[in-house]
Amino acid sequence: MNWLNWLSDFFSAPDHRSGPDSIVHRVSEHLLLSGEALLYAALLAVPLGLLIGYTGRGVTAVTALAGAARALPTLGLVTLAVLLAGVGDTAVLIPLVALAAPPLLVAAVEGVRGTDPDVRDAARGIGLTHPQVLWQVCLPSSAPTLLAGFRTATVQVIATATVAAYVGLGGLGRYVIDGLATRQYAVTVGGALLVVLLAVGAQLFFTLLARFALPPGVRAQRRAR
Amino acid sequence: MDDEPIVRWYWIGDHLGYLGNLLADHAVIALLPVLIGLLLAVPLGLACARFPRLYQPLSAVFNIVYALPSLAVFVVLIPYTGLATQATVMIPLTFYALAVLLPTTVDGLHAVPDSVRQAATAMGYGPWHRLTTVELPAAVPYLIAGLRVAAVSSISLASVGALVGRGGLGYLFVDGFQRTFPTPIVAGIVLIAVLALAVDLLLVGARRLLAPWAVREKGAGS
Amino acid sequence: MSTIKKSRRAVLLGTLAALALGASACGSSGDSNPLGGGSTAAASGGGATAGGGSGSTVVIGSANFPENVLLGSIYSQALKAKGVKVEEKFNIGSREVLYGQLQSGNLTVLPEYNGALLAYLDPKSTAVTTQDVNAALAKTLPASLGLLDSSPAEDKDSLSVSQETADKYGLKSISDLAAKAGEFTIGGPPEFKSRREQQFKDVYGLTFKEWKPTADTTANALKDGGIQVGNVFTTDPKIVQYKLVPLSDPKNLFGAQNVTPLVNKSGLDANATAALNAVSAKLDTAGLTALMKRVAIDKEDPSTVAKDWLKSNGLG
Repeated sequence: MNWLNWLSDFFSAPDHRSGPDSIVHRVSEHLLLSGEALLYAALLAVPLGLLIGYTGRGVTAVTALAGAARALPTLGLVTLAVLLAGVGDTAVLIPLVALAAPPLLVAAVEGVRGTDPDVRDAARGIGLTHPQVLWQVCLPSSAPTLLAGFRTATVQVIATATVAAYVGLGGLGRYVIDGLATRQYAVTVGGALLVVLLAVGAQLFFTLLARFALPPGVRAQRRAR
Repeated sequence: MDDEPIVRWYWIGDHLGYLGNLLADHAVIALLPVLIGLLLAVPLGLACARFPRLYQPLSAVFNIVYALPSLAVFVVLIPYTGLATQATVMIPLTFYALAVLLPTTVDGLHAVPDSVRQAATAMGYGPWHRLTTVELPAAVPYLIAGLRVAAVSSISLASVGALVGRGGLGYLFVDGFQRTFPTPIVAGIVLIAVLALAVDLLLVGARRLLAPWAVREKGAGS
Repeated sequence: MSTIKKSRRAVLLGTLAALALGASACGSSGDSNPLGGGSTAAASGGGATAGGGSGSTVVIGSANFPENVLLGSIYSQALKAKGVKVEEKFNIGSREVLYGQLQSGNLTVLPEYNGALLAYLDPKSTAVTTQDVNAALAKTLPASLGLLDSSPAEDKDSLSVSQETADKYGLKSISDLAAKAGEFTIGGPPEFKSRREQQFKDVYGLTFKEWKPTADTTANALKDGGIQVGNVFTTDPKIVQYKLVPLSDPKNLFGAQNVTPLVNKSGLDANATAALNAVSAKLDTAGLTALMKRVAIDKEDPSTVAKDWLKSNGLG
């Protein structure tokens, strides 16, 4: 099957074995970029979401805003950022953070609001302060929702980070774009396959994390629902 | 960038017709796939609700579809559908829409409590009658929630098609980027956001009309 | 959030199913590289015009950079002025992609650069002058394709450096790079490396430290210092804007680059051919650079600029 031949061509090409265009290097560029975007998005969205969910203020506004942010075209943001900020990782991080933040924000809000109000009242009743309730009660109980949010955000960021290649940056999008430009079908398909593998791997990671790493009480609660 | 302003307002004024054409092209490229996705999702969703064994593998497949980078799919399709044709961009967008709509359809069909279903049967409703008068209406709020997500994502994603020669408003990004000219890029981002907002409002209105009982938003949250 | 319950098994199943789908879909495509073919594209591609004869639509394509769009627009409006039916497919890819589309008949006319085209079709060719290049192309091109008259306008590849780099290392020509190439990162379009790496080695003995596909950002990357050497076109207004220095090319690695229409013969009649040759007769490098300044710096529409030029040359 020639399809498999192309893939083996792709994986065995000397350029893809070592050096700046090697698969290992491109994958690590891709993961680094995606990871950085997720980190910034999380630092921005999770505390804000927890706070909004806890106080219940501005929930409607946040949900609407998150929906609207989904409409922002990554390609447009990337090109604009390059023109305004110059070629560099910042130019790609801005749109990727804009992509990852809304699902995280919504997940944090929903997670906290999903905490059983009786449990919250009980925690207040035994003398916990508001920050303590948020940190010790609401955060653990919203962990499954948060993880699901992270899963969505991660898959989207990994798939979308390919666009970075259009403005000359690295990552697996290089294979996709350079493959089109040089009419090397195998390179495009190989790049796409690697992106899918990364995304599926990330899904698996968060699914397993949700299953095995959550506090037992939270897991049991989810099953009961 | 030097002294290039972020927006040259006169350019927008001079290009209203051009922007309108791109907007119309964009709406077709982005929204027709969502419509087709809906037409496919309902029967597929019904099949999945009837045969639950079908659902897990199907939804896993669409999970992967959703992870495919759109640009790569466009590139791979070019030999079959042609460079710079609508089909090259619309076929993948249909699958992305389906990937969003299938789970929400199934969730919606599951939303009818068994007791209600049994009551309908007891009242002498046949399977078809029950489907059209009880189960599908109950799924409407879910379907519309799914449609909102699918439509907005599709409108945003369609612009990537510009990299293979057919992306509606996305052409403004490529053109502006190549000429170090932010004005068309800003115009493109704003028009895409406006289009998405308009479609979203339309869908919210449709929900009010079709499912007035569903006051609060349901399902397909994040 | 019910998706969180999805099992690992289901994900694996899905992967397998997707792979199987992909394999079967691609298995039917035969031996040839599908990106190269495009015969299937004619069936569904909008406005494909494989058949010749008068009255059929001439499809004009252009590569993905502004000057090529401008040239496409000039060709398109020159043809329209002569009553030819025209369809525009601009900004759609690199030469590698467009050439395949021209061969399959999905495109009829491309604004080409004769030297670059020859380097693509026959990398070993040593032709340098306009005449030699066109003669070599006439021999190399398949029978279905042909070149019309070359214009005097040339947009040459160049290796450019920033003014700062040029001053610091005393760089004037590509030969001067020999001592420094091992420390320099070179940037250009994605296809630049596969096209030119060997030639730089053979002709100038240059081996660069790293090749970065900087595409449309090459000039910016030179200015920002991300790369030290960049492949910038000689008519690029950014050379003036960012104070870049195009290095001279004493060994003629970059040969003649005359703007020349490359056509699929079956789609073009005598009237259309004459219209395009009339454009080539009037277009020169200074004129093209002036037009490019209006497009790239003044941000005027390529179609407006093209129309003005045709009018002032009595072609529109």
